[in-house]
Amino acid sequence: MTYDILITGLIIIAQILAVVVPVLISVAFLVYAERKVLALIQLRRGPNIVGPFGILQSFADALKLITKENIIPSGSNKIVFILAPIITMVLSLAGWAVIPFAPGWVVSDINVGIMYLFAVSSLGVYGIIMAGWASNSQYPFLGALRSAAQMVSYEVSIGFVIITVLLCVGSLNLSKIVLAQQTVWFAIPLLPMFIIFFISALAETNRLPFDLPEDESTLVAGFFTEYSSASFVLFFLGEYASMILMSSMTVILFLGGWLPPFDVYPLNVVPGVIWFTVKVIFILFLFIWVRGTFPRYRYDQLMRLGWKVFLPFSLFWVVATSGFLVYFDMLPN
Amino acid sequence: MVLYSLTFYLFSSVAVLSALMVISAKNPVHSVLFLILSFVNASGLFVLLGAEFLAMILVVVYVGAVAVLFLFVVMMLDINFVKLREGFLQYLPFGALLGIVLVIELGILFLTDRSSNIYNNQTPLQPIVNEVENTKMIGRILYTEYFYLFQICGIILLVAMIGSITLTLRDKGGVKRQNIDSQNTVDASTAIEKKKVNIGEGI
Repeated sequence: MTYDILITGLIIIAQILAVVVPVLISVAFLVYAERKVLALIQLRRGPNIVGPFGILQSFADALKLITKENIIPSGSNKIVFILAPIITMVLSLAGWAVIPFAPGWVVSDINVGIMYLFAVSSLGVYGIIMAGWASNSQYPFLGALRSAAQMVSYEVSIGFVIITVLLCVGSLNLSKIVLAQQTVWFAIPLLPMFIIFFISALAETNRLPFDLPEDESTLVAGFFTEYSSASFVLFFLGEYASMILMSSMTVILFLGGWLPPFDVYPLNVVPGVIWFTVKVIFILFLFIWVRGTFPRYRYDQLMRLGWKVFLPFSLFWVVATSGFLVYFDMLPN
Repeated sequence: MVLYSLTFYLFSSVAVLSALMVISAKNPVHSVLFLILSFVNASGLFVLLGAEFLAMILVVVYVGAVAVLFLFVVMMLDINFVKLREGFLQYLPFGALLGIVLVIELGILFLTDRSSNIYNNQTPLQPIVNEVENTKMIGRILYTEYFYLFQICGIILLVAMIGSITLTLRDKGGVKRQNIDSQNTVDASTAIEKKKVNIGEGI
């Protein structure tokens, strides 16, 4: 009896490690890829010293950052100040519990998977708000306020996009959402929603052109101005891990998760996890490409886009999709 | 089963303790953070009951949206702690009254014969395993039996929303606003004006 609990516990821990370790390693390579792609966009070389083609650059950076002194400002609220980066990091890893990488390759296949992902991504704002408030300094505080308003605004349209997809699936389970795309990926019939979701994901992860919470030209570094060393690393890792999480969410909702583009011979022998990874890498490339291409939005323009463009449009699309499904009697059970 | 009770006691004790900290923490921001912790633990309890949809809705709505705005407001307010303490005795009778009423109500609930209640009829403290997901079950009952009540709830929320907007929206004069449409339709003929400037005079 006790052995059973022990073995189940060990299996759970092994599963968690099997997800978290690859995520952290891919964060390191994502940082490298971002610097390299940005360098290519700007006709530079990018990191090319550490390791072959500079591939170990992010590991060197991480080592350097961790060995630095961790400074906690004397005026800060110490407990909240230390908790904030930990919360950011933990939340960006917690979402991975429900991501199906391939049929059956999921730590926890819960019925409300998409709701869980939505909840976890909406909690991400707390790390930022707490960091901004606990730093007890003007720039971080402004960054935190911007972030709170921004993330709450864009969550609304993300919610409607998710509802549109759920109308076509009839289940909140992520594996079922993927399987519902066997005939056609939702990116094709729901193309406008796919675009809205992608742009909202940029805003939700505080990426350019919506990185106003850490806007370096006006706010120094925004909410993590006062952070150094290991706590800064946690913010950094958290930001990139949640970027990969949002990309996987996009892939699951719109690009058919682990499914091959066509169910024909040479494509369908490739393992699902490879398709999943390729699609996630494609979305991540879009994230970096957008960063290299667009200038930063002004804050009132950001709010206008969220509330006056995306919200009415996604609301209209929810009504249109449900009307279409009811009229042609295509509602899933 | 042991694991189940352990998690139950973990969630419930943290929820109760953080609820206590909400009212005893000196710093209002800490209070809100403890409130959030309490919400999260309550949603954990929902998961243990097998009500996963309610748990997620609790996190999305209360923690993800309501508490963020709450924290936002509390952080922005410049709260005077000394002044806050002054009113303690003044509000004590009212608070005590509320507390007593709540305790009496809870007592009545415990003392009444619970076997008459269909929901409490020997239900074991375990997740109810069902063929139908509880999201679907909630949908089925909400949109059929309670359809009108559900719609009325929606209308009440709409009225509250419109009310709060009309109360707070003030059109201050002298604020320059960007008109996106007029900006996008600008072309050379409307944007540029040619003027003949005489030397030494200016416009």
